[in-house]
Parts: sequence; C-alpha cells; structure tokens
Amino acid sequence: MGKRVLLKGNEAAAEAALIAGCTHYFAYPITPQNEISAYMAKRMPKLNRTFLQAESEIAACNMVYGAAATGVRAMTSSSSPGIALKQEAFSYIAGAEVPAVVINMMRGGPGLGNIAGSQGDYNMCVRGGSNGDFHNLVYAPSTVQELADLTLKAFDVAEKYRILALILGDGYLAQMSEPCVLPEPSGERHEKPWALTGAEGRDAQVIKSLRLADGVLEVHNRHLEEKYKAVEAAEVMFENFMCDDADFILVAYGTASRVCKAAVMRLREKGVKAGVFRPITLWPYPYEALSAAAAGKKKVLTVEMSLGQMLLDVQLAVRGEVPVDFLGRPGGGVPMVDEVEERVLSYGR
Amino acid sequence: MADKILYTRPRSIRDVKTHYCPGCGHGIVHKLIGECLDEMNCREKTLLVAPVGCGVLAYNYFDVDAIEAPHGRAPAVATGMKRARKDKLVISYQGDGDLLAIGTAETIHAANRGENITVIFINNAIYGMTGGQMAPTTMEGQVTKTTPYGRDVTDVGYPIRACELLNTLMAPYYIERVSVHDVPNILKAKKAIRRALQNQLDGKGYSFIEVLSMCPTNWGVDAQTGADWVRDVMMPYYPLGVFRDKGTEEASRVQ
Repeated sequence: MGKRVLLKGNEAAAEAALIAGCTHYFAYPITPQNEISAYMAKRMPKLNRTFLQAESEIAACNMVYGAAATGVRAMTSSSSPGIALKQEAFSYIAGAEVPAVVINMMRGGPGLGNIAGSQGDYNMCVRGGSNGDFHNLVYAPSTVQELADLTLKAFDVAEKYRILALILGDGYLAQMSEPCVLPEPSGERHEKPWALTGAEGRDAQVIKSLRLADGVLEVHNRHLEEKYKAVEAAEVMFENFMCDDADFILVAYGTASRVCKAAVMRLREKGVKAGVFRPITLWPYPYEALSAAAAGKKKVLTVEMSLGQMLLDVQLAVRGEVPVDFLGRPGGGVPMVDEVEERVLSYGR
Repeated sequence: MADKILYTRPRSIRDVKTHYCPGCGHGIVHKLIGECLDEMNCREKTLLVAPVGCGVLAYNYFDVDAIEAPHGRAPAVATGMKRARKDKLVISYQGDGDLLAIGTAETIHAANRGENITVIFINNAIYGMTGGQMAPTTMEGQVTKTTPYGRDVTDVGYPIRACELLNTLMAPYYIERVSVHDVPNILKAKKAIRRALQNQLDGKGYSFIEVLSMCPTNWGVDAQTGADWVRDVMMPYYPLGVFRDKGTEEASRVQ
C-alpha cells in the first residue's frame, strides 16, 4: 500500500505523474491548475528530471511532442483556454502516434470565462477540437484518489497505444483536498523502437504526420482506426452506482457525479430508487454499458456542469428507448443536491 | 593511379531525387549540413526538426532521425528533444514564415533560454511551399501573391532582421548571417554551419545561422537572376557577418 496523504487534486496528479516515471514536464501558468506546475518545479530538479516553463501553451505541448518522440515520458497540464491552444499539437501527436499525457482542469467558458470548475470542454476534448480524424483517450476522475490513479494509468495506456491520454478534471477537483493513497508504480513499460534516438546501428527513422502521396494518408487513417477500435474494445471504464434496481438513472462524470451520488442516497432514504451511471472514460464512451444500465428504466437524467455536452452521448447510448432529461449549470455553477433530488422527485413514482 | 575524388554525395544525404525547384537554395544548404555531419561524424547522433514549408520534406533527404514540427513550433519541438536527449545533436531547420511569423515566440524564447540547439534559418523572402506569399522577410516593394502591388511598409511593416533581433538577447552563443548565392559565400556558409554545430557539441548553447537563399520560382525569375537578387537586393538590407560570437569574446577575455 502506498502512503495515505492529504493532497490537493493538482498535487495528487503531479505526484502520480512522478510515480509513473514522467521525466519531462512542460508548464505554462493558468488557473486553476497552477499547483501542478509549482509542485513539478519544486520536485523535478531534485529527482534530476526536467521541468521547463514554456513561452506558451502551444510551445509547452510541442515540447511534450518533441521530448516524447525521443522515448521519454512527458506531460503538460493546463485549463480550458490553454487546452484550446494545445489542441494544435494534439492533432500532430495523434497523426505522428507519439504517447503523451495532458491534464485539463476545466474552468468556465467560453473565452476567458472564469476560474471556477466547469465541464464546458467535453465537446473540445472528447469529440476532437483539432483538425483531422483522431481520438484522444479521455479519463474523467471524480475524486482526488481517482485523479492520482488515472494519471498514473494514463502514462501506461498512452505508451501502449502511442496515443495522447487526457485527464479531464475540473477546477473543483483540482483545488479540493482529500485523503489519497499514493499509487504504486505499475512498472509497465512498452518497447519504443519508433523513438528518435539517432540512427546508430539502424536505419534513420522519421516521426511525422504529413503523408502527401496518393492514398498513403488514407492507409494511415485506417491504421489509426484499427488502433482506436482496439482502445474502444479494451479501455472503456465506468462506474455503476446502484443502477441495477433503480427506476431512475442519473448519468454524470467528474464532480457532477459526486452531487448525483449524494442525491441518490437522499432519494433512496425517501424510497425512490435511483442510481448513478458514471462514465470514467469519456472516449472511449461506455455506450453499451450505459445502454444496458438504462434499459427498462423510467427515466435517464443527465447532469453536467455545462449546457449539455455529454448529453448527446447519453442520447446515443439510450437510443430513445428511455426518456432522457437534462439538468446542467454552466459558467462555474454546480448542480446542487437539492436540485437533482427535486428533479427526480418531479418524475413521480 | 587511383582516381582522386573531388566531389561526392555526403553519407548524411540520401541518394534520392529532389523536389526543390531549379535554383533553390535549400538543396545547397542541405548538402552543407550533410557534409558537416559527415566531417564531424555526427550523422548517427543527429535529431533533425523539419518545419512547415518547403523544408518540411528535409527528412526525405537527410539520412538521420527526424521529426516534423507543426508550423513555427520547431524550436519548441527541438527544445523537448534536446532536453530529453542531451547527448544528441538537435537541428531546427526553418524558413522565414515558420521562424519569423507564426513561430516568432518559439524562436525568441528558445534563443532567450540559450537552448543548446542549432537553428538553421533559410531566408528567401517569401513563402515558397504555398506558392509565393509575403513573408516577414519580404523586401519593401517586393511583389508576391499577397502583395501584388509590392510590399507597402506603411501598411504591413518592414522586413524583419532575425539576426539583429536575436542579438538583443543575452543568452545566444553564436549568431551569423551567411548567403548561398555564389561559391565563395557557400564556402563561408559551410564554415558557419560547422561552427554552429560544434558549439552545440561543446555544450555552448544556442547558435543561429541565417542563410540568405534563392526562390527563383516564386520570385518569377531564372536561377542566375535569383542569385543576383540575393546579392543586389537582399544583402544590402540583410548584411552578412557574425553578430554574436561568445567564443571569440571568451577567447579575447583570456588574452
């Protein structure tokens, strides 16, 4: 067992990255993720690892691309407007198949918005946001413990599939302190024959995304498609919280799911059977599991800290077989337990 | 009697057809870098960063490990590579749009950190790959696809001098501007490139070589006229020479 400590979400994520063997971290200041950079700036030099504050989020993510292309474990972190800038590199990283880990502690938007926790980046981070046909693997932790565990896992999975793994948290999770058992290093490592280490004793190799010749890009896109199918088959994660006997299913991820769980406990005290279906991976999305969990229920309520972005995936999973309602608060607002409870009570028995 | 080899393709350059246009300077600079890598026995430790622009296909010609950077981000990608592999020779090869327009921030900050990399900057006063649009280095009055009436400096500003700009920073170790419009200058350019690469091997820090180069296709001229235009139009505005050489400064302090 690892050490049990009280950590802020940001610090837990940073420590987990260090445990995972992240040797290169590239920073750019933005609230509410600054504790990640501060933690790394303090710890990495002492571990003889590389911390560097870049000139922009764009540069920071391209430094990750360059470092990771040589085979090291590299990471950057940011919050919504900064992630918008990193999206450029996301696309290149996807096309060039370089493993990378990025943390997004979402804040309110659009634009500069505010610095409160929010879930307005689902569309940008889960459905893409940058050019071309690609996916990032997206983890949505809901507790500091899970944030640490998934950050560690993200490095292994990114390396396994040569994919960008994104931790999609929010400002509340980032700033919240909770007890957390530091994860043990997994020890998982994948061979990297593709890494750029100099053409010594082998042919020179290139990491790139440009494929100009007729039909070549399509072949590469098909290769990526196969990889994404493998990720979809093996990496879906979700939590089924009291859904089996429930009449009403609440669907929420991250911080919003905590509110839903509290509402479910209250509802059950009142004899209303409700449960929470919580996607942990947002891509790949647990369509089948949600479809199964929602089958035969009276109502599905999607709860988000946004105007309704994951809602579309919930509707896709449920396919109209059960009515889907939505309760969301954008701009840093968090749905209150009372609101969620009242909404479910309004459905009647 | 054995034949004396006067000229051969460097080992660091692949035996492939070029996509560069007749009279273009890229091939010359590629060859110079390749020769330097051979002479320094560095081919196997080189990590090349290719830009967006005509130089994007540099990895088709150099027989070294290479990566393709997003437009303008080559110095950031090079920074990541060098920080991860300090024992490798990292070269950021960029054109004028890449280095001085979309990548200005990355250029200045890599230089300002004194990043131990070598930047080779091809200044041909135009965007080549996209068919000849105004670059940050396009000359006053120069006609391009996006300045059909000539570059109006009162409207879009003056051409930027990269060496002079970077020479305001404290950290860079070596800054030089050379040209490849004729043979004597090509030889000087090679010396400069060799020096810039050696500085990196010696752990000295950031070296920047600006190469004035020809783009006859997009300038709408023949190869010789292109070379003459570098000499007659570009060189008066972009003077050749060493702007920064901390090596010489160090040596003179010792005396």
